[in-house]
Amino acid sequence: MTQHIVVVTAGLTVPSSTRLLADQIAEATSAQVSARGESVEMAYVELREVAAELATFMVTGGIPTPRLTALREQVAAADGLIAVTPVFNASFSGLFKMFFDALDPDGLTGTPVLIAATAGTARHSLVLDHAMRPLFAYLRAVVVPTGVFAATEDFGSHGLSDRITRAASELAAAVLSQGDYGVGGFAPDLAARPRRTSGTQVESDVTPFGDLLRGHSGTD
Amino acid sequence: MQFGIFSVGDVTEDPTTGRMVSEGERIELMTKVALKAEEVGLDVFATGEHHNPPFVVSSPTTHLAYIAAKTEKLLLSTSTTLITTNDPVKIAEDYAFLQHLSGGRVDLMMGRGNTGPVYPWFGKDIRDGIKLAVENYHLLRKLWREPQVNWQGQFRTPLQGYTSTPAPLDGTPPFVWHGSIRSSEIAEQAAYYGDGFFHNHIFWNKEHTEAMVRLYRRRFEHYGHGAADQAYVGLGGQVFMASTEAEAKRVYRPYFDNAPVYGHGPSLEDYSEMTPLTVGTPEQVIERTLGFADYVGDYQRQLFLADHAGLPESLVLEQVEMLGTEVVPVLRQEFERRRPAHVPSDPPTHASLVAAGPDAPHHLVEPARARAEELAAAKVDA
Repeated sequence: MTQHIVVVTAGLTVPSSTRLLADQIAEATSAQVSARGESVEMAYVELREVAAELATFMVTGGIPTPRLTALREQVAAADGLIAVTPVFNASFSGLFKMFFDALDPDGLTGTPVLIAATAGTARHSLVLDHAMRPLFAYLRAVVVPTGVFAATEDFGSHGLSDRITRAASELAAAVLSQGDYGVGGFAPDLAARPRRTSGTQVESDVTPFGDLLRGHSGTD
Repeated sequence: MQFGIFSVGDVTEDPTTGRMVSEGERIELMTKVALKAEEVGLDVFATGEHHNPPFVVSSPTTHLAYIAAKTEKLLLSTSTTLITTNDPVKIAEDYAFLQHLSGGRVDLMMGRGNTGPVYPWFGKDIRDGIKLAVENYHLLRKLWREPQVNWQGQFRTPLQGYTSTPAPLDGTPPFVWHGSIRSSEIAEQAAYYGDGFFHNHIFWNKEHTEAMVRLYRRRFEHYGHGAADQAYVGLGGQVFMASTEAEAKRVYRPYFDNAPVYGHGPSLEDYSEMTPLTVGTPEQVIERTLGFADYVGDYQRQLFLADHAGLPESLVLEQVEMLGTEVVPVLRQEFERRRPAHVPSDPPTHASLVAAGPDAPHHLVEPARARAEELAAAKVDA
């Protein structure tokens, strides 16, 4: 079965070092998934292209613009996520945060995520653990242990590609081990599976009113 | 089919003059809008309810009773009545009283309210919004239908041997709508009781409205109240008119650009594309509005937002006048032309509910109870 991984990148220039890093991570992840005998498709989301739609979404109380709706659905259906942001003023960029603010709170529940960031100096490296990791922890995503940070100078060092390979390997393993909620001989607890939703569709499996009323009819 | 005006009652500075009306002037304008609506042949005036600035509409039945005294035919409604933070006992009393004062010219629309701090101000928690809407509305139905209520729920002091007074006019509770932009639970609730479903239809795209109404219609049929296309649907709408499209846009643009909800965001043109907002000639408004039925089906009530965003009295009353004299007469004719015979034109009114007699399903707290149990049993058997 083909695995679908979405690469969200918040670089602002063309070319962008953030996209460059995202490309390297995506390539390494593809190699790691392939090495495990599975196929993978990478879909890139350049947040710069939806910056205006994100602003509209924010100031209108969440009006669903067509392009943004498609992206929210794509992310909520992904088997894994690679999230790459430039560091601005000691944190992820505002554009990066806006996109994740626009997702349904259950859009990434249980989803393997690889976090990565670029910056002009290595002094920003804790952004991975002080800003990005808490964001994805809040969204109940599963962030792989290795995050990839690339200061400008790292693009000339082989340490970066080692970290990319390690992170890609962790992401590939996490993506491929999903959906395994049972141990041999035992029935899986399906109710305990993480529920994900894009939040873009009117629920087609509506809760029957009898269930909503239970405990609230005044007589039971 | 019913046509009318719904108001949110915001006190907003007129961005073209910098003038801020007083709360008293704003209330007076709402009254004038209602009276104008009756004068030009519209059917419904609905007031919002808010308990925080910049809104003035904290006391809907006080206002509606005043309007009732000054009108003859106008149906008085709400958009919306806060079923979450109001005590359902007080809603039962206030609106039954209003029925008596107005000769039955009352229905109301339940809504949850979306301003977080309002909930704790009334001793509630916004995270319980759906549960409050479910429990409080169920109690409201009992209070209007059972002579003595014994009740114990999660959110309110229990009731033992309580009788709501006055009883509904002619022993007939008002028709109720449920309004929600995006909560499927509320569409389900409206369907369960066989009540109306209203979509505000102003802030979001038509595909979303279509999906919400489709869900409501499907579940209305599921619970045995009639065919899906016979369910009671109401829509909001937002228009501004002038003799040419260019003139309408020129006058309306500063109000749009500074409006409290969507101002300083998308352009008037983009928003008109994304949502049902129509700024143009009466002919354009007629064409766009008739198109609503293409995606929600033939429906029963259309309300327009007219007085908001700091629009001055002269412009607001002119819009109501144009709606009543130029737009709605054509809409009435054209909507009836396309409506199949088995689809009701009007939602239930006091007269039609009284005529249906005391044994009609409207008088049951849970008209769909037997049907729901049957369906549940069938599922277990299968």
